[in-house]
Amino acid sequence: MINKAGIEQYLYASFGPELKFGRWLIVSKAFTDKLVGDIGALLLDDQVAIVGIGYSGFSPATPSQSYKELIFDAASRAYAECSVNPRKDVGSFVCCEEDLWEGTSITDEYAPDQLGAAQRTLCTLSQDGLNGVATAYMHIKSGVASIAVVESHSKLSNVLSQSQVREFALEPYYERPILSDGIPVAAMQMRRFMHDYKVAEEDIAQVVSKNKKNGLFNQRSSYAADVSVEQAMRSPFVWNPLRRIQVAPPADGCVVAVLASAEKARSMTEQPVWIKGIGWNSASTSAESAVSSEALYAKEAAKMAYKIAGVDSPGSYFDFAEVDDTYAFKELQHAEALGIADMGVSKGNTQADAPVPINMSGGSLSLGDLVEAMGLVRLLEAVQRLRNAERKRSKGLKRALVQSWRGIPSSSGAVAVLGVE
Amino acid sequence: MGRSHAGRNRGDYGEVMGMENPSEPQGTALTPDEWRGKEIFFRNFHTKFTYSWDTGVAIGHFLEALKAGKIVGRSCSGCNRVLVPPRMFCELCFRPTDDWIDVLDTGVVNTFSISYVNNDASRREQPLFVAVINIDGASPGMGFLHLLGEVDAEQIHVGMKVRAKWKPAHERTGAITDISYFKPSEEL
Repeated sequence: MINKAGIEQYLYASFGPELKFGRWLIVSKAFTDKLVGDIGALLLDDQVAIVGIGYSGFSPATPSQSYKELIFDAASRAYAECSVNPRKDVGSFVCCEEDLWEGTSITDEYAPDQLGAAQRTLCTLSQDGLNGVATAYMHIKSGVASIAVVESHSKLSNVLSQSQVREFALEPYYERPILSDGIPVAAMQMRRFMHDYKVAEEDIAQVVSKNKKNGLFNQRSSYAADVSVEQAMRSPFVWNPLRRIQVAPPADGCVVAVLASAEKARSMTEQPVWIKGIGWNSASTSAESAVSSEALYAKEAAKMAYKIAGVDSPGSYFDFAEVDDTYAFKELQHAEALGIADMGVSKGNTQADAPVPINMSGGSLSLGDLVEAMGLVRLLEAVQRLRNAERKRSKGLKRALVQSWRGIPSSSGAVAVLGVE
Repeated sequence: MGRSHAGRNRGDYGEVMGMENPSEPQGTALTPDEWRGKEIFFRNFHTKFTYSWDTGVAIGHFLEALKAGKIVGRSCSGCNRVLVPPRMFCELCFRPTDDWIDVLDTGVVNTFSISYVNNDASRREQPLFVAVINIDGASPGMGFLHLLGEVDAEQIHVGMKVRAKWKPAHERTGAITDISYFKPSEEL
């Protein structure tokens, strides 16, 4: 904590009791340099890092494990990575889950046991996992906890009424009498986006082809495939102009992340991944306002995260990005909102060799849609890539952008800026 | 609900909330004709959600054992407890549990509640007894929710010893209801 008493204590410890503040105090350049350096380090120590991350599942179905067993598996791996005992060391647990995807009301009541959080500080957010990271980040920044855990999972294979759950998310007075699923809202967003930004069918097919192929390099991707642009364009319509191959299919899985203050992080791992900035935003939800060609929630969340991280020109700052692509056009729309599609959205940075490659992991189109867990899935992909900077496909990657969206019909999302320096 | 003048004569909001004089309620009464005549707008919506939850290892094995007429738990060598219902991890030690343990189909009533009406408020012919049963062989305080049967309301008490009344083997499906209910195991 940097305050007057802290600085006095620091000076006292460094230069002995004879040092006093006063007009006669004359200091050498060496001293001021040391002071600036040390205070700089103290400021740096205000950072929050991801020190452990574990996962389980990543499959269209996970019949051999209950959701609790899935979470226990992911949590055990995350804790092992950074030698954390959740029963003693963790100051805050944050779970991100949605009752209707679980099939249980007040589902947070069933969250503690499998995380090691029984009778400990736990809260549940009915939000995406990346919002959970923001909450844990604040718990650490505010001094409530020095180590915090974020969990989110998907057992979508157990939800036989996925369409009804999406319908239930629609506005009840105006929209539900007309629509019985959220997918057409995505299709209408897509149409308007293509219209306003002069995006061609081929541009969206390119996103599909790139992400499906990228997924072939990722062991976690259930839906990776060698799909050409031409093949992607022949996929049948779900709701015109949205094609089946442009929609991320459902998948099960769990991700658990361990966050720590800088002081703790350095002793917990050799490879801390720093959260340089984080932001979140909810625009305005209804089909009328959601059918906007701009992803305002992503733009505003990014503005917040970039401000904290000191990112002025995202197009040159980031080495790669993990961006929401639940529907293929969303990748282009989000890239534009995040300021990383420098060449204009229709020629967006979607290729693997672009200045800011997007979804080298394969994105949701390869990994599947893990609903509330999706933000943590993208975080996992970014963290692993930053840690594997010596590998061929990750060479020299040091700064990552992670963005998540809560899905149709929401206009909520979060953005994180990650770095290893 | 839509009727723009509904709140007009409501008077002091605090009084309404506090119900200080319930014999003279504030506000404008809604007449049955207004309801039936659709002068009051409602937007009704019904839906149905269907789930099929994976039982996983712990619950799956527990249900399998019930079908065979047995109750099983898992032991944890960290805290030396026997967990019933079983789980593959110990929530206190945060470690995988160790072994399957057959426990007894007897236990003790931890707590109970009695209802003489159904959910729709219709009177039941027989009262419904729900209870939490601490299972013999499990660690103290461990067990599950079930029904009590072959007992009168006034006989039930905390600490009452009970035994599972199993469904016939051919009727068991691998569900908690493979036990019909728990009944007193000693003469009352």
